Amino acid sequence: MAALEIHNVRKEFGSERVLKDVSISIDSGEFLILVGPSGCGKSTLMNAIAGLEPVTSGNIYIDGEDVTWRTPAERDIAMVFQSYALYPSMTVRQNISFGLEMRKVPKAEREAAVERVADLLQISHLLERKPAQLSGGQRQRVAMGRALAREPKVYLFDEPLSNLDAKLRVDMRTEIKKLHQRLGTTIVYVTHDQVEAMTLADCIAVMRDGHILQLGSPDEVYNNPVDMFVAGFMGSPSMNFIRATLEADGDGYALRIATPDEADLLLPWPTARHTAGLVEQLNKPVILGLRPEHFSEEDVRLSEQAEGTLLETKVSVVEPTGADILLRLPLGEQEITARVGPKCQVVPGERLALRVDMSRAVLFDAETEQRLA
Amino acid sequence: MANVIRRQTPAARMWRGVLYAVLIIAALFYVLPLVVMLMTSIKPLSEISAGTLLSLPQNPTLEPWTKAWGEACTGMRCEGVGGYFWNSFAIVIPAVLISTAVGALNGYALTKWRFKGSELVFALMLFGCFIPFQVVLLPMAQTLGWLGLSSSRAGLILVHVVFGIAFTTLFFRNFYVGIPNELVSAAKLDGAGFFRIFWRILLPVSAPIIVVSVIWQFTQIWNDFLFGVAFSAHDTQPVTVALNNLVNTSTGVREYNVDMAAAMIAALPTLVVYVLAGKYFVRGLTAGSVKG
Repeated sequence: MAALEIHNVRKEFGSERVLKDVSISIDSGEFLILVGPSGCGKSTLMNAIAGLEPVTSGNIYIDGEDVTWRTPAERDIAMVFQSYALYPSMTVRQNISFGLEMRKVPKAEREAAVERVADLLQISHLLERKPAQLSGGQRQRVAMGRALAREPKVYLFDEPLSNLDAKLRVDMRTEIKKLHQRLGTTIVYVTHDQVEAMTLADCIAVMRDGHILQLGSPDEVYNNPVDMFVAGFMGSPSMNFIRATLEADGDGYALRIATPDEADLLLPWPTARHTAGLVEQLNKPVILGLRPEHFSEEDVRLSEQAEGTLLETKVSVVEPTGADILLRLPLGEQEITARVGPKCQVVPGERLALRVDMSRAVLFDAETEQRLA
Repeated sequence: MANVIRRQTPAARMWRGVLYAVLIIAALFYVLPLVVMLMTSIKPLSEISAGTLLSLPQNPTLEPWTKAWGEACTGMRCEGVGGYFWNSFAIVIPAVLISTAVGALNGYALTKWRFKGSELVFALMLFGCFIPFQVVLLPMAQTLGWLGLSSSRAGLILVHVVFGIAFTTLFFRNFYVGIPNELVSAAKLDGAGFFRIFWRILLPVSAPIIVVSVIWQFTQIWNDFLFGVAFSAHDTQPVTVALNNLVNTSTGVREYNVDMAAAMIAALPTLVVYVLAGKYFVRGLTAGSVKG
């Protein structure tokens, strides 16, 4: 049975429709991430699940029960807020046990729960402190402790890491993942950080303008995006979108990329990736999507070498990140990013031969921005 | 201004000296009336009639104070202002407590439990801050009559509470607006209700604004004369009205020393409140949001 099911939920503020027929279902123990740019409705959806805002229509089920019109307290959920929302006048101990106290849990049990959670999150030494005396990372832990103490059916995380500095964020991310693996809790997690989404989720829902554009595993969303928005949103540096024209090439197809001052580039489209719809796009403009890691230096042998296509172009900027090097180079009318190994010796202005792994490329309709192949 | 970088030239020092001199003179000018009142109130009448307003008392005496407290005539009766002093407390304390409590609840509801039209309700309440007292005298008298509270202490308390709520609501609303709504959301998820959230989460962090509200209401209600004179009977008059009656009652010689002592008695509680809690008043007015 689904731990959480959202069925055709709509939310309107006046005439503005913030959520448009959103439906999601996740199983017990699953980690769902809602990701999208600000204003996409992800926080509104979170508040609707929490019961902090009523929905205009649709239903929300937790453990099979319809909770659409129940108060937050009656839903048996816990939430970790972006600002942590620790009660400023209470100690860490009181903060963690407040929810249990409100639910009339006996004192001995409350104490046991506080100890258990404090051990789990390594905050036992902070129990008597007030929130103002804690660092950002410690507050974050206490906020999680408050949620964990009650052992609810569903946990909601609203951008819990966005107020931490970069290093702490990565640490806490790992910690949240560990906790999830250990406790097997059902989690709904909102973020605008696609790295968090990729690393944590069992299932990602990419949202935009109140719609869920794509719901799938991180691998699906990353490698098999439904449209240009999802493709561009997931991944950093983001996917390169290259304007091209689809042409017939013998039995198959090829992509012609018009290049100013030089001969047009012709990239064959792999036979294995042919789809029925491509015929209709013949001689029409399309968008070729290539991730930076789909490029590699010529001498490196690709795993799927068969359709690797060679192209040569002038490098305009070299950005070493340590682990690898990002190259900016013109391709057709636009500048693209390629990720190559750290040993690459190229300097700006030089010409470089790059291999393109066309088997992983994706193709979009230039007008609708929907996926073609 | 130790953190201002400036070259210490003689001219700069001279200007600094002038600046301080001006400030000191201004301060003396402000404190002078109080000093004169205090000195006059401990002079025997003979020294005052000599026309030496600014001279130090030659034979200081507390007699004017005891007279003002217990014997001076306020209209027909000659019992001093002492009784009315306690009258004022009996009106001020409940009025301050009730208006602060209601203001706190209003501010909480208007910020953390918004409803359709809550902004309009707040705007209308704010309007109450700008209504001149004189405008409501007649309708209020009528209302108190209907409620059977005319000339009673309870009636006067009601009037002050009603007028005070506009201000206390404004104070608390502006303070609670700065407290993150997520605190309330978190408490709702934890299972706390309207009053529980107020009592356990909001009220413990409200100390600065409670101080502001109490000081403001205390001085406003204590210093009120118009409502006191309009809506009280003889035995429920506040001290401000008694002071007025005392000063206006002429039985031969004007006893300026007794007048001054009575005025000091009437002003003392607000002075004490400011001295004791003035620091928190300023701090409370400037207090921003509470970081959790």
